[in-house]
Amino acid sequence: MAVTLSESTSRGRLARQPSSTKRRDAPSRFGTAWAVVMATVASLVIVLPLIWMIATSFKPEGAIVTSHPSLFSSKLILSNYSGAWSAIDMPRLLLNSTIFAGGATVLSLTFDSLTAYALARLDFPGKNVVFVLVLITLMLPFQVNLIPLFIELTNFHWINTYQGLILPRATNAFGIFFLRQFFLSIPNELEDAARVDGAGDLRIYRSVMLRLAAPAVLTLGLFHFMYNWNDLLWPLIISSNSSMYTLASGLALFTGQHVIEYGLVMAGATMAIAPMVIAFLLIQRRFVESIATSGIR
Amino acid sequence: MARQKLRSRLWYPWSTRMRRRRTLTAYLFMLPSLAVLGVFMFYPLIRAGWLSLTNYSFFGGSRFIGLLNYRNLIHDPQFWRDLVNTLYYAGVVTPVSVILALALALLLNRKGLPGRGIFRAAIFLPAVVSFAVSAIAFRFMFTPSIGFITYWLAQIGINVPDWLDSVSFAMPAVILVGIWKNVGFYMVIFIAGLQTIPKELYEAASIDGATRWRRFVNVTIPLLSNTTMFVTVISLIASLQAFDQIYVMTQGGPAFSTETLVTLVYRQGFQNFQMGYASAIAYVLMALVLILSLFQLRFFSRRTVKY
Repeated sequence: MAVTLSESTSRGRLARQPSSTKRRDAPSRFGTAWAVVMATVASLVIVLPLIWMIATSFKPEGAIVTSHPSLFSSKLILSNYSGAWSAIDMPRLLLNSTIFAGGATVLSLTFDSLTAYALARLDFPGKNVVFVLVLITLMLPFQVNLIPLFIELTNFHWINTYQGLILPRATNAFGIFFLRQFFLSIPNELEDAARVDGAGDLRIYRSVMLRLAAPAVLTLGLFHFMYNWNDLLWPLIISSNSSMYTLASGLALFTGQHVIEYGLVMAGATMAIAPMVIAFLLIQRRFVESIATSGIR
Repeated sequence: MARQKLRSRLWYPWSTRMRRRRTLTAYLFMLPSLAVLGVFMFYPLIRAGWLSLTNYSFFGGSRFIGLLNYRNLIHDPQFWRDLVNTLYYAGVVTPVSVILALALALLLNRKGLPGRGIFRAAIFLPAVVSFAVSAIAFRFMFTPSIGFITYWLAQIGINVPDWLDSVSFAMPAVILVGIWKNVGFYMVIFIAGLQTIPKELYEAASIDGATRWRRFVNVTIPLLSNTTMFVTVISLIASLQAFDQIYVMTQGGPAFSTETLVTLVYRQGFQNFQMGYASAIAYVLMALVLILSLFQLRFFSRRTVKY
């Protein structure tokens, strides 16, 4: 997909001629101004809830619960953050989210890439069966497994444990599919050269495939991390003890129980989304491009 | 494929022992993933099918009851109400998101638009933040005493009740949040689709005297049809699984007006502990998603449009 994309754009660029058609296609100044206005309005409407969330996290309760709600308050305070730190136990939630999302990402990248290597570069009986199984997994809504998984993990005594949270997420069908496509595109010559040098499969996997696929692996890692960091339903079901809640489940449950402390909750929410927002702003170009070409979230 | 065979022959002498070793290597590479998929995916999937044929309750016993759960489902007004809610949600979120996303993609794909990257990033931002956490902000924003939505609407003369407490307004609120979450994501896919359309086609159309609108209708729309179908299908699949913002904002209420199939599975399975019955609902949900997924696969594989 990425290849087709760049091919057709460069083809288009080559064919573009500075002829009379250019004048007709050239955007008018009025049109551009209008487009900027529209884009500004759309962007503001979309970002508004997040801005409101951040603004509210700095307001005293008196400025939040009012008959004339406004976006910004004249008085800004930081105590919501210290309050959230102790009342919602943010350090614990941050730690749990990091262990859950980080653990699932590291394991999943390792397992996905090993399987993708076998499916893309090795020849063995049953290959098509395995690949079809991966495709089926890709299509299943994970809610179907929720109940039996809960029963299974209860029998393992894994409810409220990190392994219970992480291991069912230790491989991802999309990751296998995504990396398989990437490994298929790596030229055989590189692999052949390594084999002449006496490299085995494990070394080819590590020093040829993973090295060449490093950008794809990093992007996939980011998706895995984001998916687990943001997930609500799975952590909600697998942890019933507040010491095991993640940011999403912990904040959602806290909001259900204590609706009075709006400022506190918004401070917690701001801290919960900050890592993803910062990561996204730092590497947005690659992020958006890879989403566009793969169609995953 | 033939080349792959030839290569194998070059590097691996064609002996049974070597072939066996190669197969062993491949399965060792796949062992961790296959173990995880087997234990946490395929076994539970089959178990869910079995559970749906029993009256399993988490604290009580379990007895095989055949298709009784499914028969009860057909006569259960809750199930039908939640199915209708789910279709209502999907039926609004999908067309609105797709059209908005396409409009935004066209706007932000404009040549020479200043600040294009910033606009794209801003509109895409909801796709990277936690849906559950941002839904908390929305829940507060819709609450009259603290949020500005009701207040601002009242300022311009539109009086609405407390959205999340109203049977007729809770679903639109949940829908708005659903659109907010995904529109930027779909926009980005549309932008990628727009960029695959060769510029020559627009130039040719211009030379033939086609207006901007004619070029949109006769070039953009047909060449983007695959992307549009793809986005529509993934949006429908995501809509059928709506849960996060509903759990945070309304818990399925008021009076079950925002309860969808996934929230029903959650309530029956993890609050009422009727896990056999909940598994039957989950299997119906899976059937719906699988049908759509088969479509998705078709459009995914055909995403490179032939000109």
